[in-house]
Amino acid sequence: MQVDQAPLEEAFEATIAANDRIEPRDWMPEHYRQTLIRQVAQHAHSEIIGMQPEGNWITRAPSLRRKAVLLAKVQDEAGHGLYLYSATETLGVSRDELTRRLISGKQKYSSIFNYPTLTYADVGTIGWLVDGAAICNQVPLCRTSYGPYGRAMIRICKEESFHQRQGYELLMTMMRGTDEQRAMVQESVDRFWWPALMMFGPPDGDSPNTAQSMAWGIKRHTNDELRQRFVDMSMPQAEALGVTFPDPELKWNEERGSYDYGEPDWEEFWHVVKGNGPCNTQRVAHRKAAYDDGAWVREAASAAAARNEAEASQARVEQAPRPSLRGSDGRVETR
Amino acid sequence: MTTTQPDPEWPLYEVFIRSKRGLNHVHVGSLHAPDAEMALLHARDVYTRRNEGVSIWVAKSADITASSPLEKDPLFAPSGDKVYRHPTFYDIPSNVPHM
Ligand SMILES: [Fe+2]
Ligand SMILES: [Fe+2]
Repeated sequence: MQVDQAPLEEAFEATIAANDRIEPRDWMPEHYRQTLIRQVAQHAHSEIIGMQPEGNWITRAPSLRRKAVLLAKVQDEAGHGLYLYSATETLGVSRDELTRRLISGKQKYSSIFNYPTLTYADVGTIGWLVDGAAICNQVPLCRTSYGPYGRAMIRICKEESFHQRQGYELLMTMMRGTDEQRAMVQESVDRFWWPALMMFGPPDGDSPNTAQSMAWGIKRHTNDELRQRFVDMSMPQAEALGVTFPDPELKWNEERGSYDYGEPDWEEFWHVVKGNGPCNTQRVAHRKAAYDDGAWVREAASAAAARNEAEASQARVEQAPRPSLRGSDGRVETR
Repeated sequence: MTTTQPDPEWPLYEVFIRSKRGLNHVHVGSLHAPDAEMALLHARDVYTRRNEGVSIWVAKSADITASSPLEKDPLFAPSGDKVYRHPTFYDIPSNVPHM
């Protein structure tokens, strides 16, 4: 039977036009579904891979307080990944399939996580700048047109503020320390500034999917708009902290009411996106190893569940009233 | 240790959380688990890291029967024309108190 799609498409367009949300069981154009799967899965993978650069420092945290904070932060990122995988699954792709696509390199994650974390100051810089850039990206996504994605973003945004503040506080503490510690902070900021700017994706002119994503309400702002917002937010924070960004073109533009800034090295960006960044191979290999090493845990959990189920059904059989105990009036005799 | 055959995926559970006493359980998302007991433990870790809940329900997604969005109009039509079910349908003089 040929289903007439015109009324379905009309209903979809009307929902988008009314700024209403599309929900999982609604009809949606295949291209909309595929675009979302790509974007939300990439976002989920970023949260999961994003645990690695910082997780690297958990065993070497300088104090119990910092260790507890870092553990909580990294655990949150695992949670973010799970909220987003859960949203992706509502689009009709299985969790295992998503993991396979990440491990096989078919789906990407944010290029920022392919840079190494060389000192503990990087934990602070990542919280401040990387989570800061993520917040810039994510706050408007709370109003994205796909319901489950928006709801996942709302949960995530509630937790991100802690991530940014703990990072900034860590850097402030180091800035109050020795000259050597201050130098460590500046060196770390110098390394992460440009990659953080690249987190917003290529310039609008090189982002062919943006127009369609905005028409569908999946994205609410262009890459360059969000990048500008991030630069404007970060400058006063850098001043308060007492660090500078490695960009000689950064300066206040009175006319625009914004900061002018230099062009990131887009060649480096594409290089990293294509898999040739400093840590791409290591990140994916580590994710695969974690998946493989976890096989026995999954097997044990499945076995325990099967045994519990068998015992429970055995108990049901034993407790079931036996016909011989049933009186003529049908009542079960209780002894 | 690596299995050649991908394991069958654990069933999907929908998670509902009561954020505090006096409120309904509200759907918050889903997760995979080998059984309901593990689903509850996972739900605690994934969805209540900051005291977001005082009670959790999990239910297998496959056990949920949902109305179809396509039949939305006929399904909800019976309530569409019953404006008299709303208090604003009735005109009461403004000098009548407490109503
Ligand atoms: Fe996150
Ligand atoms: Fe974060």
